[in-house]
Amino acid sequence: MHLVEKANKEAIERILNAQPTLIGIGIAIEEIPGMDIKTILHAGPPITWDKMSGPLRGAIIGGLIYEGLAKTEAEAIALAESGEIKFDPCHHHNAVGPMAGVVTASMPVWIVENRGYGNKAYCTLNEGLGKVLRYGAYSEDVIERLKWIEKTLAPVLKEALTLAGPIDLKSMIAQVVMMGDEAHNRNKAGTSLFIRELAPHIILTSFANDEKAAVLRFIHSNDHFFLNLSMPACKATLDPAGEVKYSTLVYAMARNGTEFGIRVAGLGDRWFTAPAEIIDGLFFPGFTAEDANPDIGDSVITETTGIGGFAMAAAPAIVQFVGGTPQDAMNFSKTMYEITEAENNAYKIPVLNFRGTATGINLLKVVETGILPIINTGIAHKDPGVGQVGAGLVRPPMKCFEDALEAFVALMEEEGIID
Amino acid sequence: MNKINPLFKKELKVVNVGLKSFATDLKQQDIQVIHVDWRPPAGGNERMAKLLNKLK
Repeated sequence: MHLVEKANKEAIERILNAQPTLIGIGIAIEEIPGMDIKTILHAGPPITWDKMSGPLRGAIIGGLIYEGLAKTEAEAIALAESGEIKFDPCHHHNAVGPMAGVVTASMPVWIVENRGYGNKAYCTLNEGLGKVLRYGAYSEDVIERLKWIEKTLAPVLKEALTLAGPIDLKSMIAQVVMMGDEAHNRNKAGTSLFIRELAPHIILTSFANDEKAAVLRFIHSNDHFFLNLSMPACKATLDPAGEVKYSTLVYAMARNGTEFGIRVAGLGDRWFTAPAEIIDGLFFPGFTAEDANPDIGDSVITETTGIGGFAMAAAPAIVQFVGGTPQDAMNFSKTMYEITEAENNAYKIPVLNFRGTATGINLLKVVETGILPIINTGIAHKDPGVGQVGAGLVRPPMKCFEDALEAFVALMEEEGIID
Repeated sequence: MNKINPLFKKELKVVNVGLKSFATDLKQQDIQVIHVDWRPPAGGNERMAKLLNKLK
């Protein structure tokens, strides 16, 4: 239908013309629209406390302790149950969060501006792997690390960024895809490029040498540091496409650990949800599939933009972390062209003769072909307080797309565009 | 049938559409076969196929 095709052309142009740029670091309550001390943001579609999975509950318990709103686990649970705390998706506040995706008022956040369209996106700073808040861990060392991020890491990086000036994340992501990252579960090149960009400016900040050294050591020790930059870059890229009426492009996919949700441009802010899937993956020593929580996190915003699982052919080494073979990685990237509208103008895969990554998931193509987007992802333990137990591959439930198609056709009928 | 019989006296080159097991069987008998990964629209889900048609 011409109307839908025209809308999709407009939406894909908005995605391809996006210019996500890192412009600074701020504090969540000061920067994120609609944020206050009693609001906790989380990954995925909306969810109430009683339906939250273990890792999301764990991260919220940790968030309440971190904010000083509760002193103990029991106090935090009582407060969460009381109804005094407002739980809201990151996506409703121009933000994204990996895994549990918990953002509280005092947390420092990256500020990314889409210079093509003027919109902004926010994300916290990555804490590292293993026992961390985003995987639902909330022990004393987890809270201490969050405090260090707030008091040292973020201020040092903020000053360094002021000295460095804005950083073009689109160019940086284009480079990391050429260097063997796919910017979701492999961020070695991204983290390295980022530290290379900022190190000269970190040295020139007004902080003590031991603080500067601690910042550089922390980033160096955390291969996933760049994830929390690629994610808001993708969020900032996609949001303008979400405003194109009659477009069937998917502009958000996200999971809260209980449900998977998608949003379609022509259907505005509505979420189409279904129970989150269990991830097929590789587990850390001592853990099995029995320990796994269902799919969780906003990091699937990378796949929605055409990187992550869609760019796995560019990052064959990732199969050692998420499972499968390099040939599988190649096949995943190639298959995604069947369900997308365009080839990316910046993110290109060398081994596919520099073909642009499959970009712009079209709801109609997903339902017609039965091919679901491929996602690579971390696996959280199902119990609060444990942390990450592995990584693997997963797909969204088809029901999200089928329900969205029903709603899209209903909308077109209501508006008298079709019979 | 008369017209088709000579075909079986030649070397067969098969394009298999749909179910992969047909192609696998032929391969096991050393017959050249190309498999086309084809599925009916919406995987045969009539309701979804009908909705998709409305938008065409």
